[in-house]
Amino acid sequence: MKSFSGKALRWEWRDGVIELTLDYPPANEIGTAMLGELEKFAAAMKEHEAATAALIISSAQRRGFSAGADLRELYERSAALSETERLAGIRQFLERVHAVLNAIDSSPIVTIAAVHGVCFGGGLELALTCDIIVADKLARFAFPELRLGLIPGFGGIPRLKRDLGNALVRDLLLTGRSLNAARAQAAGLASQVAAEGEALKLARSTAGQIGKFDGATRAAAKRFIKPIPHEELREEIEIFCDLFRRPAVMAGLKKFVESTDAMPYLP
Amino acid sequence: MSAMRTLDQTTQEVLELATKHFQVAAGSLQPGDDFFRKLGIDSLQALELLSRLENHFGIELPDYEVQGVSDFKTLAERIQSRL
Repeated sequence: MKSFSGKALRWEWRDGVIELTLDYPPANEIGTAMLGELEKFAAAMKEHEAATAALIISSAQRRGFSAGADLRELYERSAALSETERLAGIRQFLERVHAVLNAIDSSPIVTIAAVHGVCFGGGLELALTCDIIVADKLARFAFPELRLGLIPGFGGIPRLKRDLGNALVRDLLLTGRSLNAARAQAAGLASQVAAEGEALKLARSTAGQIGKFDGATRAAAKRFIKPIPHEELREEIEIFCDLFRRPAVMAGLKKFVESTDAMPYLP
Repeated sequence: MSAMRTLDQTTQEVLELATKHFQVAAGSLQPGDDFFRKLGIDSLQALELLSRLENHFGIELPDYEVQGVSDFKTLAERIQSRL
């Protein structure tokens, strides 16, 4: 299969490059629908590995790359369950997300996130699995999870620590504030900044360049320079699940879902 | 322009940037306007404006400093304090 079009995303393999396009209104929230299709994508990506130099992940939603986890779905599903079921459910969901993101992170294929608009929470965690982030000039990056009484649970903290200095990681995590593209590039999060609307074009140009090099050499270089923080990723799941037990989390989710605040995405 | 901008100058530049970004008629935005209501924008669109403002003024404006801010004049004051 060289292409797929689903409810939440589509992808196409062409000339050694896979383009994965997230397209789930309103802002590519990562819930069961997106996760299910990402899992299928991860399997397909593996099949195409030998013939693929680069994967580009981008978004067709105007609002941005991804606003993160589907908090509405998380709240509605969790509210209907007993505490034991809720905790088991969230752990299972996280394990599935981690499996997909680890597969993208560790793939020998060079991965490029072409980010425009909001890249928050789980969306940022997806982008962080990529080797290269090309940021649209107006893109913004944030981990706002603390306002829900949680930490990033999709592997964000270990991966952010891999790329940024700890001081900025602490600032982002503990304030929940968002970084613009210029600052993200200065900090080393985004390696390239594109003019408005041009991130995907730049990502394609970058993929073209990457495709010129020998695949085995590329894969060896990537394995060497990009360690996967397996132990910390596991620890993050445990901390997240532990926090999720707290009543404040369901209260925070309820507040977000019912908010009439003009800026509910902000801390 | 250097950090010698007055608040009035900053406010004017904010209005001009918002006018251009959201493609509304020149002069249609006033300092006291609620930008969510006047422009019919949501929080994510407001963040686009924030990026544009940060790039233009060469500053970082943490989101928590604009939480609760909905008019251009107050936004300009927040920016002014970072110049």
